[in-house]
Amino acid sequence: MVTTLDQFETVIGLEVHVQLITNSKMFCSCSADYSGAEPNTHVCPVCLGLPGVLPVINEEAIRLIVAIGLSLNCKVSDFSKFDRKNYLYPDLMKGYQVSQFDLPICENGWQDLEIDEGLFRCGITRVHMEEDTARLLHRKNAGGSYSLVDINRSGVPLVEIVSEPDMRSPEQARAYLISLRQLLRMIGASNANMEEGNFRCDANISLRPFGETELGTKVEIKNMNSFRSVYDALCFEQVRQAKALIEGENIVQETRGWNQEKGITISQRVKEEANDYRYFPEPDLPPLTLSNDFVENIRSEIPELPSAKKQRFVSLGLNEFEAGTLSEDRSRANYFDNLVESLEGKSERAPKLAANWMLGEVARWDNEHVGKELSEFPIKADSLAELIVLTEEGVITNAVAKQVFEKMLSDGLGAKQIVEKDGLAQLGEEAGDELVAIVRSVINDNDKALADYLAGKSSALKFLLGQVMRQTKGRADHALVQSLLEAELEALE
Amino acid sequence: MKELWQLTAHEANKGLRSRDFSSVELTNSVLERLNSVEPEMNAFITITEETALVQAKEADKRFAAGTATALTGIPMGIKDLIVTKGTRTTAGSQILSEFVPPYNSHVNEKLEQAGTVMVGKTNLDEFAMGSSTEHSAFGATSNPWDTARIPGGSSGGSAAAVSAGACLGALGSDTGGSIRQPAALCGVVGLDPTYGRVSRFGVIAFGSSLDQVGPIGRDVEDVATILDCIGGHDPRDSTSNPEPMPDLRHYLGREVKGLRIGVPTEYFVEGIEPDVKERVEEALLEFERLGCEIDRTLSLPMTKHALAVYYLIAPSEASSNLARYDGIKYGLRDETSNEIWKTVERTRAKGFGEEVKRRIMLGTYALSAGYYDKYYLKAQQVRTLIIQEFNEAFKQYDLLVTPTTPSVAFPKKQKINDPYAMYLNDIYTLPSAVAGLPALSMPCGIAAGLPVGLQIIGNFGEEGKILQAAHAYEQTTGGGNLLASL
Repeated sequence: MVTTLDQFETVIGLEVHVQLITNSKMFCSCSADYSGAEPNTHVCPVCLGLPGVLPVINEEAIRLIVAIGLSLNCKVSDFSKFDRKNYLYPDLMKGYQVSQFDLPICENGWQDLEIDEGLFRCGITRVHMEEDTARLLHRKNAGGSYSLVDINRSGVPLVEIVSEPDMRSPEQARAYLISLRQLLRMIGASNANMEEGNFRCDANISLRPFGETELGTKVEIKNMNSFRSVYDALCFEQVRQAKALIEGENIVQETRGWNQEKGITISQRVKEEANDYRYFPEPDLPPLTLSNDFVENIRSEIPELPSAKKQRFVSLGLNEFEAGTLSEDRSRANYFDNLVESLEGKSERAPKLAANWMLGEVARWDNEHVGKELSEFPIKADSLAELIVLTEEGVITNAVAKQVFEKMLSDGLGAKQIVEKDGLAQLGEEAGDELVAIVRSVINDNDKALADYLAGKSSALKFLLGQVMRQTKGRADHALVQSLLEAELEALE
Repeated sequence: MKELWQLTAHEANKGLRSRDFSSVELTNSVLERLNSVEPEMNAFITITEETALVQAKEADKRFAAGTATALTGIPMGIKDLIVTKGTRTTAGSQILSEFVPPYNSHVNEKLEQAGTVMVGKTNLDEFAMGSSTEHSAFGATSNPWDTARIPGGSSGGSAAAVSAGACLGALGSDTGGSIRQPAALCGVVGLDPTYGRVSRFGVIAFGSSLDQVGPIGRDVEDVATILDCIGGHDPRDSTSNPEPMPDLRHYLGREVKGLRIGVPTEYFVEGIEPDVKERVEEALLEFERLGCEIDRTLSLPMTKHALAVYYLIAPSEASSNLARYDGIKYGLRDETSNEIWKTVERTRAKGFGEEVKRRIMLGTYALSAGYYDKYYLKAQQVRTLIIQEFNEAFKQYDLLVTPTTPSVAFPKKQKINDPYAMYLNDIYTLPSAVAGLPALSMPCGIAAGLPVGLQIIGNFGEEGKILQAAHAYEQTTGGGNLLASL
């Protein structure tokens, strides 16, 4: 049977959980960076949920969630509160999670997204603050299966970002996630890595006939651990629901889990079995009031967002591809900006030159050093600018510039220093006599090439040119050598 | 000559300072008394004799070094709801019967810094839920005035121990009357401070928006001294009041002439025992003689709703606070199943007592979808109205004076199977607790051989004014330090 998706409009909303990068946990002073730590070493009475402990709000986390909210064009509430979400699970130390129910810190925002079909705007319902749970590790031994609890993650600041059901395709959902990840990294709020679990996504999806304004029955999909799996799960679910609707079946409101191996979603829980979380205001924390100064202070410190950055780069004269590539990574964009600044006034083509180097030699280093950021690149932007200026001014050739670049990387010396020390300056008009001598000796030493040339083979000229460049170690001005060679050969004819 | 255990804390402090006796001698006297009355009284869950003697020796060194405080070397009892590092803390519950905390409560830190001597952890109704100290997994405590009767609760162990001379002072905790009601029934002084005055860090939570640690002592001065020590801001408790503590002892010995005292009519109707009413009336006459202005026209009609408000809010919070006791991380674990949910269920079934289960059920129900607005939210709204009514009253009065309880100590087992009758015992202590106001109970005479309690309620942060009035009254009526006949 051919399923025709054309009959239905897909409606998708996403719930994203993001672990913040803070020094300490949400409500205690334990280190929040537990990656690579021995299990149960980043713990204290508070995040263990021992009897009698109390939470204290981490101001750094509040700063970051406000920055996220502002970046997503949300209204930041001057008055919000924390609530207890009550449920029992062995990864939940207190038997409740401190979260936010009816008064989240940020509400009513949007995120503009670029996809192939153009620009579209996805509404953001809310952004609220909560705490992460412990981690369960399920093991098996001869006696059966058992579970271990690692409490390091318990109490790590977690932000939930809920979108409006504004996405109409798995492609749009993926674009939303990519742009959200970029934004979170850009403002330094989160590592936002889905595979590492510090960026988690649940998806709500429903179908309705085109033209229908009421939403169809939605299904929530969980257990997706990459952008790819979100996309695949949504594609699968789209077709599953369409088939069911065409066959006149009702969609059951339920939670379905994505099974990566089988590539299908599987029903986990129907709505009737849903938890009653018995939310009520957290009595251990007074309401959170944020002053206008506090919020505006954060607003002024928010770095330029990827989309704005890309537009600015385009306005500097870069093409879409260049602007996109340079703006998507924060440290890459910073390096580019520094490079352009260092070149300012020294070349009219500064942005374009900087982009060429960024996407050429610098990108090569970046690709060879996975896991490192450009902020760790050993050549500082002003040093690289020096090299670019030397090339632009014709002091060295492009070919030599690449050698100097490698030397700068390996020896840590400045461009000028290397050029002077190794005598790499370009051989131009002023070195005319020297070059003529080299050209003549190349012609004398290459009888065969000369014979070929005289026999009319134009490739022989290229060979001879190459020999001259080789002898000058690439320092010679290419165009000058060619004209000298042609003049000498003409004289022989 | 009095025995050392018969002294108040401030009398003992004088003796320690002038080297009439050492802290070790004082502690030995108290421990001897404790051991002789404890079999009949059962006021302690854990007796910490060794710790006490180590601390007493330390205290003597501080007196020698000149670094002693008003509480150095004073033998104290700590309610077993309060976390004490290295010393078992049970909350009166089977579920925590072997729990030894790896950290300290703020209040115990404060006492240790002051150099007090801990003689033991006192008995309580399980998780502070009760008014008779009969709901303890470690057996009921007896009232030292009449061991056939209850001492009140939930801080019954603390009040009984202070009253019997098994310690000179104690810490209790008050959620709806748990300091004042047992203080009243045991003839000692107990103060429930303003909510936020004393850090709750390390106090096992029952009703978080109501819980407050406070002192129990033999007289008003001792209560002021202990609160001076444990009160003040603690950054680890976000509900702790950031304002500095006033010097409470400064209020003692001050004149009370011209203080305006309101006597709300709602506290003298139905259910009050005639003897109790009479003793309170006599106390009011005494305040009049001291120059206070007594106004009996005050009416606080919201009073009657405090019980319902309390029995929705406290159990709701408790149902959440007690969810962590699942047998997985610490405390009791039922080992009869390998399956997680069975383990949790059986642990909780075995570990919690009847009253605790009742309140978890009540609170879970009140917070459930569809009932939240009707019960929990409504209760919070009425709570606001109660606060507003008190605010209005305190525009006209400095203090409110009422009986602490409608009756004197009742016989054991009389109300244990009638929760509602038990709850009614707290009817006079609930309103100020719900509002978060400070309130004190002190003895105001004897009825049928048992002590009667007088309650003084003050405005937010005005513990000083309460202590001023209480001290003046105590001075004209014989000076406190009623010791039980046990």
